[in-house]
Amino acid sequence: MGPEWQAVWLTLKLAGITTILLLIIGTPLAWWLARSQHWSRQPVSALIALPLVLPPTVLGFYLLIVMGPDGLVGRLTEQLGLGLLPFTFEGLVIASIIYSLPFTVQPLQNSFMTIDQRLLEVAATLRASPRDRFFTVVLPMARPGFLSAAVLTFAHTVGEFGVVLMIGGNIPGETKVLSVAIYDHVEALDYTSAHWLAAGMLAFSFIVLLSLYSLNGRLQPGVVK
Amino acid sequence: MTGSRGIQARFRCGFESFRLDVDLELPGSGVTALFGHSGCGKTTLLRCIAGLQAAEGALTVNGETWQDGARSLPVHQRSLAYVFQETSLFPHLNVRRNLTYGFRRIPEARRRISFDQAVNWLGLGHLVTRMPDRLSGGERQRVAIARALLTSPDLLLMDEPLSALDARSKQEIMPYLETLRDSLAIPILYVSHSTAEVARLADHIVMMDNGRVVAEGPLQQTLARTDQPFGLEEDAGVIMEAVIGQRDQHWHLCRADFDGGHLWLRDDTALAIGQRIRLQVLARDISIALGEHTEQTTQNLVPATIDEIASDLSPGTSVVRLVAGATPFLARITSRSVHALCLRPGQQVWMQVKSVAIVD
Repeated sequence: MGPEWQAVWLTLKLAGITTILLLIIGTPLAWWLARSQHWSRQPVSALIALPLVLPPTVLGFYLLIVMGPDGLVGRLTEQLGLGLLPFTFEGLVIASIIYSLPFTVQPLQNSFMTIDQRLLEVAATLRASPRDRFFTVVLPMARPGFLSAAVLTFAHTVGEFGVVLMIGGNIPGETKVLSVAIYDHVEALDYTSAHWLAAGMLAFSFIVLLSLYSLNGRLQPGVVK
Repeated sequence: MTGSRGIQARFRCGFESFRLDVDLELPGSGVTALFGHSGCGKTTLLRCIAGLQAAEGALTVNGETWQDGARSLPVHQRSLAYVFQETSLFPHLNVRRNLTYGFRRIPEARRRISFDQAVNWLGLGHLVTRMPDRLSGGERQRVAIARALLTSPDLLLMDEPLSALDARSKQEIMPYLETLRDSLAIPILYVSHSTAEVARLADHIVMMDNGRVVAEGPLQQTLARTDQPFGLEEDAGVIMEAVIGQRDQHWHLCRADFDGGHLWLRDDTALAIGQRIRLQVLARDISIALGEHTEQTTQNLVPATIDEIASDLSPGTSVVRLVAGATPFLARITSRSVHALCLRPGQQVWMQVKSVAIVD
């Protein structure tokens, strides 16, 4: 595999793993935010939205410190025999999860909030347990929300640059993702290679978004015949 | 776990400006109407019974304890069905999958009502493959009722199931509700603020006001109370069951026999002999005569005994309760007539019934 393809593969792998993990983590979190009346709902919402407003370098800087040899997380991972997370692929995944969290949680939360509470009461009177209600009423009705969340999370992770540079560095095959590769080429004044990667990324992003949005349009409102 | 039949419900809960405080003993079969103005707490009471609204209290349904103090069965473990006021079909499922949603969740041994039976009762055969957004309002509510019944519940709760429908859809659903009342052996609690629906469906009535029960009892006896707890005023009157005993085609009349006499009705709805109907006689449509004056235009003269005389809310008017056989009647007459005719309890009189309505 050439270095260019290695960067492409690494980027897709990072975005894919991040999206899957975030959907698993984000769903219960979004459900809680959509339904709870607890006072801690607002602070948690604000915390989750932080990556939207913070410069990625700030986020990356703090992650570097926390996961570094003197950081809380760093000491823990070293004691567990996992070594240090900065400048590893696993470190990038953790950073991406934090960085893209609002892009998963907010679309899910919005779609959960539009589900009529009445339908859940109906399902309860029809003998569906809370778990059963979630899988047979909430999930099918929130399908457009899940698609938006997946697309946005994936795309946002693909486009990640500042955080990667701070805690991932530029290790080929480990942390050198597309955005960093393009930056390298530009730094080296190799505009031809930069063009190939940039144009490829543009086309790829457009095709992914287009196909998912048209699929979304066809699925609404999550019809099962 | 079998104990006494019927429903024992005791609930207390409060919101900012509203308190529900009821202690009720309701029959274990037939239709009980929870009646009252909006905001009186009738829907809250229904939600407490379903377990959708937390309240302190106790609830026993035909011997099964659903709530006892802090111990309360969650909604999905109560053998009840709930029909909501507005459309509540799952928009992502077609009619068949809406209908079977609850059906598939109860054990096979507990299924007393089959899919085909529910579909036939509510006339849904041609609709099963449709999506909810392709149904009329009346059709949607029929699907919701069938879906509820398919859980073979021990208690059917209906929260103003007709109020969101137009007059035509109401007329379309009413016969289905009557079929249910007559074919189900389970109690039905029916929340309504419509006197017409109550008159047509209920066997038992609970009148609520401001979170409390103000009157309660069998429909016929409760409507015939002289203290008029329902505040119907001009519309006060009694409801009775009757059977068509004779048809006079020449004069376009038919005779409705009730327990204690008969009344002649205009025969314009093609009633069959032997058919059971409900009749409503308003208190303002009855006058009282001491003798049987046959030379007059009123068709219906019924011998009756005065049971009780009370003054009405409006001054100068009295409410007289009369009994013909086992059937109570109310008459609203002027207090001057009561005085002039020297009416008193125990007296034998003739009721002149100016108007009788078939309830539908």
